[in-house]
Amino acid sequence: MSWTLENGDIVAIALGEHMLMVGSALAISLVIALPLGILTARRPAFYVAAMSVTGVLYTIPALALFALLIPSMGLGLAPAITALVLYSLLILVRNIAIGIREVPAELIEAADGMGYGRIRRLLDIELPLALPVIVAGVRITAVTQIAVATVAAYISAGGLGDLIFQGIAQDFGEKIVVGALLTSLLAIVADEGLKHVERRLRAATAARL
Amino acid sequence: MLRDVIAWLTDNRQAFDAAAGQHLVLSATALAAAIVLALPLALVLVQWQRLANVAITAVNVLRTIPSLALLAAMLPLIGTGFLPSVIALTLYGLPAILINSHTALREVDPDIVEAGLGQGMTSGQILRRIAIPLALPVVFAGIRTAAVQIVSAATLAAFIGGGGLGELITAGMGTLNIPQLVSGGLAVAALAVMTELGFAFLERGVRWSIGTAA
Repeated sequence: MSWTLENGDIVAIALGEHMLMVGSALAISLVIALPLGILTARRPAFYVAAMSVTGVLYTIPALALFALLIPSMGLGLAPAITALVLYSLLILVRNIAIGIREVPAELIEAADGMGYGRIRRLLDIELPLALPVIVAGVRITAVTQIAVATVAAYISAGGLGDLIFQGIAQDFGEKIVVGALLTSLLAIVADEGLKHVERRLRAATAARL
Repeated sequence: MLRDVIAWLTDNRQAFDAAAGQHLVLSATALAAAIVLALPLALVLVQWQRLANVAITAVNVLRTIPSLALLAAMLPLIGTGFLPSVIALTLYGLPAILINSHTALREVDPDIVEAGLGQGMTSGQILRRIAIPLALPVVFAGIRTAAVQIVSAATLAAFIGGGGLGELITAGMGTLNIPQLVSGGLAVAALAVMTELGFAFLERGVRWSIGTAA
């Protein structure tokens, strides 16, 4: 453990870069997935099309996706975040659409009867009620992105993967283990934290209905 | 761009075939090993609830380790090459199969088991004729997930000398050979998508044959 103790700053920077990369990717993912989920929620043909395209993206292995992005985007954070965003779309769009679709039909009718416009119905009723399912999607996405982001170090995007790749290149086990442990820890913290948020939201939603 | 990729592929047919072959052997070996380990383990865990809780917790932690970290961790332990890659990929595919198999076996309808006992079946017969066939679709769904995960992660085996299609990507990166890089990327993407579709098709077959048998 001596290397880690003496190089706490390097480890902290790698962790910070990793969180920043995943945080930005997650924010951009939501900005793209929200309109897609809302648009496809009640249009089955669009929904199936969106699921097929995002499903293929989700299946492409990280290193392959990076290889395909390099010719147009080069190296660094831009292709790394783009790849993370492309991975997130399947689960986010699906959960947003399902969450909206599962809002009880009586509530939609009641809102329409009360003269709610589509936008107001979406903001006041559909999205708040869909929130627990959306957060569940964010949770799965965050965990996936934290793992995939380790490979992004290979295309010079930094993060905890840097420690792992340095460990491989220098045949230095401690760096590999520290990189791996912190990545797992980050994934577990994100998973448990968002699970907690999800549970509270579910309870709050159940109380409102 | 596309023309360059096709030109690279035709000029380097042998290297491509070798890498693709390695990728398939690596993935198939790891998947087979994961199935051989996970299925008996799931059968044991269904009988031992307390052991199951410990094992499932351990496997859930295993699941949070990124594939790159799992492969890299083999390096200080057993070095580079085919075997370390297979071991890491087996560990990577194990959770999906084990968790699905355990859940499926545990959730077999107790009424059906009761009916079997009433007809004088032994516990071995109940397992073979009732529990396993009923659990099979969910077990197979786990195998499909593991197969796609393993084929994907096998790309990263190139970093620890395990070969495979990832090597086209790393070699292309190393020499800034864009056609080679893109050929590797396209081949890996196509293989992953084909694995997903192929196993989805097989899974439908399993469900269908169980459905007609029941």
